[in-house]
Amino acid sequence: MWDFEFTLEVMPDLLEGLWITVQATVMGYLIALTLGLAIAMVRRVPYAGGVVHGVMEFIRTTPLLVQLVFVFLLAPSTVSAMTIGVVVLGVHYSAYTAEVYRSGIEGVAKGQWEAARALSLPARRTWGAIVLPQAIRKVIPALGNYLIAMFKDTPLLFAIGVAELLTQAQRLGAANFRVVEMYTLVGFLFLIVSIPSAILIRRLERRYAAV
Amino acid sequence: MEFLIERLPLYLDGAWVTIQLTIGGCAMAFVLAMVFGTLGSMKHWLPRAVATVYVEVFRGIAALVLMFWMAFALPLMTGFQLENRFAAIVALGLNVGAYGAEVVRAAINAVPKAQVEATVALNMSWFQRTRLVVLPQAWAQMLPTFGNLVIELMKATAVAYLIGVADLTAVAQQMRQGTGETIVAFTGALILYYLMAQVLITGMRVLERRANRKLGRTQAGDTGLKALLKHPAIGGGSAGVG
Repeated sequence: MWDFEFTLEVMPDLLEGLWITVQATVMGYLIALTLGLAIAMVRRVPYAGGVVHGVMEFIRTTPLLVQLVFVFLLAPSTVSAMTIGVVVLGVHYSAYTAEVYRSGIEGVAKGQWEAARALSLPARRTWGAIVLPQAIRKVIPALGNYLIAMFKDTPLLFAIGVAELLTQAQRLGAANFRVVEMYTLVGFLFLIVSIPSAILIRRLERRYAAV
Repeated sequence: MEFLIERLPLYLDGAWVTIQLTIGGCAMAFVLAMVFGTLGSMKHWLPRAVATVYVEVFRGIAALVLMFWMAFALPLMTGFQLENRFAAIVALGLNVGAYGAEVVRAAINAVPKAQVEATVALNMSWFQRTRLVVLPQAWAQMLPTFGNLVIELMKATAVAYLIGVADLTAVAQQMRQGTGETIVAFTGALILYYLMAQVLITGMRVLERRANRKLGRTQAGDTGLKALLKHPAIGGGSAGVG
């Protein structure tokens, strides 16, 4: 029932799809990491912080798939689907990472802020040398979890036609009438990537928990 | 605006399907989370191994991939065609249940050891201990994370439109294709999703307050109606369901 020859035959194409999946994850994650930090910092500003919070809450509570398709349909056709996918993925997850950073920033003892003020350090030094190094250290494991979460959301790029893993599987499966093998393989490939990364992040977590 | 009001019944039909998927998925995820979470907290290695395999497998595979497998691969393998809506519920339930099982396991393990020792001293059976002492305490701890998972599940239901379920997202797509009004069609759907999320968040907060009150705990700033509108803090790792 299971066609092994076919499995081997399509492997290169599938791995190519997996590679695109990994690329999209990494690029989206970089956006989420930087934008999330910026949002967490802006949230401490009166008024602007409230507005940003509202927008992020909206992004966080509505489906990523709908956001993807929506932006894809609105964007000019010169922008590639991959770019749109990466940006929407990154912005969506920045709503999550911002909350993580915020909990880290709020965890920094109040005395540290006061000490920075007493030394009349400029805002840039207060953030860069005192607050952020302490805050980010504590939230590394939580941020790591979102890397895996994002990886598992990349199949949604299927909806806008990015040639990632699931899209490739769908194409190959339909062309060869071997759907069972294709979807099962995609499941396996996901496990092969996500289980080791989960173990790695758990290790990191233990290491940073000790600090 | 007029456009949206005219088509509101269609949107509400779609939203109703989304609600059905959410309720079905939550029910299934809840049962799976409770069963595998309890197994994972046991001392014997066998139930723990079973729970670990379930959690790692279904947490590791994307909800969409699972859904495609249920809808397209399963019928070919077994000759048994699940109804699309049911396939979506099963995939979501299995996926979110795996996240939930970890939450349940952690919450049960977090119940202070002295509490369990006290039940032994009182000569309670395993069943009595779990029902009367361990679960009520673990329950209060699980609820905030469960709240996040419920929102994640509701959002993940949007994926079901890719396997042909006529949910809210599908309605938005039809609207767009029928009228060419992309912005209005999708904004309407997003707002409905947002409203559903707000209802779920408020509901979970009511449950949380009730669980804490039963244990004789009240949290600071947790009284009054206004506190219900406050968003729960989100923790790491509960996202990524779909």
